[in-house]
Amino acid sequence: MNENNENSLIRMFHVYRRYGSKAALFDINLEVFKNEFIFITGPSGAGKSTLLKLLYLGEPASEGQILVDGINLARISRNRIPFLRRKIGIIFQDFKLIHSKTVFENVALVLEAAGKPRQFIQKKVGSVLRAVGMEDKQNSSPLSLSGGEQQRVAIARAVAGDPTIILADEPTGSLDAESASQVTGLLKDFHIRGSTIIVATHDKEFIKKSGGRAVYLKQGRIQPPPA
Amino acid sequence: MISLYFKHALRDIGKNRFVNAVSIITIALSVIITCSFVLFFINTSEILTLWKKGVRIMAYLYLDVPAEKIPEIQKKISGLYSVEDVRFISKEEAFDVLKEQMKRQSSLLENLKENPLPNAFEIRMIASSQTWEKIENLASQIQSIPQVEEVEYGQRWLARFSYIINLFKLSGYALGILFSVASVFIVANTVRLVLYSRRDEIEIMRLVGASDGFIKVPLYIEGIILGALGGIIGLIVLFTTFISITSNIDQGITSGAFQISFFSYSSMLIILISSMFVGWFGCFLSLKHIIKREL
Repeated sequence: MNENNENSLIRMFHVYRRYGSKAALFDINLEVFKNEFIFITGPSGAGKSTLLKLLYLGEPASEGQILVDGINLARISRNRIPFLRRKIGIIFQDFKLIHSKTVFENVALVLEAAGKPRQFIQKKVGSVLRAVGMEDKQNSSPLSLSGGEQQRVAIARAVAGDPTIILADEPTGSLDAESASQVTGLLKDFHIRGSTIIVATHDKEFIKKSGGRAVYLKQGRIQPPPA
Repeated sequence: MISLYFKHALRDIGKNRFVNAVSIITIALSVIITCSFVLFFINTSEILTLWKKGVRIMAYLYLDVPAEKIPEIQKKISGLYSVEDVRFISKEEAFDVLKEQMKRQSSLLENLKENPLPNAFEIRMIASSQTWEKIENLASQIQSIPQVEEVEYGQRWLARFSYIINLFKLSGYALGILFSVASVFIVANTVRLVLYSRRDEIEIMRLVGASDGFIKVPLYIEGIILGALGGIIGLIVLFTTFISITSNIDQGITSGAFQISFFSYSSMLIILISSMFVGWFGCFLSLKHIIKREL
């Protein structure tokens, strides 16, 4: 684990996350390799979402070390956090789209925040919306879209900045079977194109279809998967 | 990048019309209330200064004071602190003036056997010394000269009036400061309301890698624009009200020598900049609460 593997993208060493006296994660040791498709699975409340939050600094680890693409998260300065987040595309179960912005503007936001030029943004947003099949809805409000469509927009936003890692927190959790299958397909596509994908889910079907490695969490600890 | 920030700010103002309208109205009301006080005091002090300029002290001599003593007394008065100019008015000159003033009834004066008027001095004070304490002080000093029978300084009532105005002024300043501080907090809270309704949006922006500057600058620009709009509306309302009030005021109050005035262009610019500052500051205070320091 401590060996320096140049293929390794994320490394977690003895990571704990505590809320007061209550701990959500215990002694997590995990390594994720480049272009890997990995699942964090386990029952509700096992700490799957918390683990993902630690990776994009939605929350800090209480103890231990986390390295993401060579960045030590324990030592990162506040003004470098946006740069870390630009390396990571995040997909949430509740989509987290800005309702006052159009589909196009939601996706463009990532590139505007990264200071990309206008023409580039126009082109790039068009191409990612095409990739998720939402090109014709680019001027719509997210509120006028179905759950599946909103999640596709969220995926487009997550990949628009060409991130090194894509984190997806229960991406199919609130979708019907057909939409879930489309989202799964999209994530597989991006994996084939070279992205490293980490998905927190308890959707066994999703795991089976994707065929990636699964890390089983129970009560905040990594454990062998149940038989 | 700045043009992008401006674009974002303008778009967001358009999208949150109601809450932004509340912010603009709050700022406009603060401008109207605070500036009304200032305008009132500027104009009353102007009138007072104008009236004070006319203040002169008259020192009347006893009738039996010999003519050769006059230059000595004049010298004595001239030597007193804060005296600018002393003019001797002989009893004859005073009588001529009286006759001139009475014109029609001058026959009354003609029947007099001798001139009943005393010799007098008209004393003007240095402008900077025209506080009521100093005027009174000088008057009592002149009164203590043995040959002086009576000292009179017209418009004595002005002292009382100016005392009341000063009292008003003090409470006015206190109220003005109170309103300004209150308006900053009202605006801060209104802006906070706007930002609170957009906290999810701010959170999402942070999650997709937006820097603090990318989030804050458009909001600051928005605050400044709201402040400017509030300031402009406030000034327009104030000016319209001012015009309608002054056109109905009897100019006799000011003796025609003085025009009730509105703010100068530079003062209006200061008011505008202040309201822009209030808009920004409100935004700044609110953002400090919403964008909490992490890690």
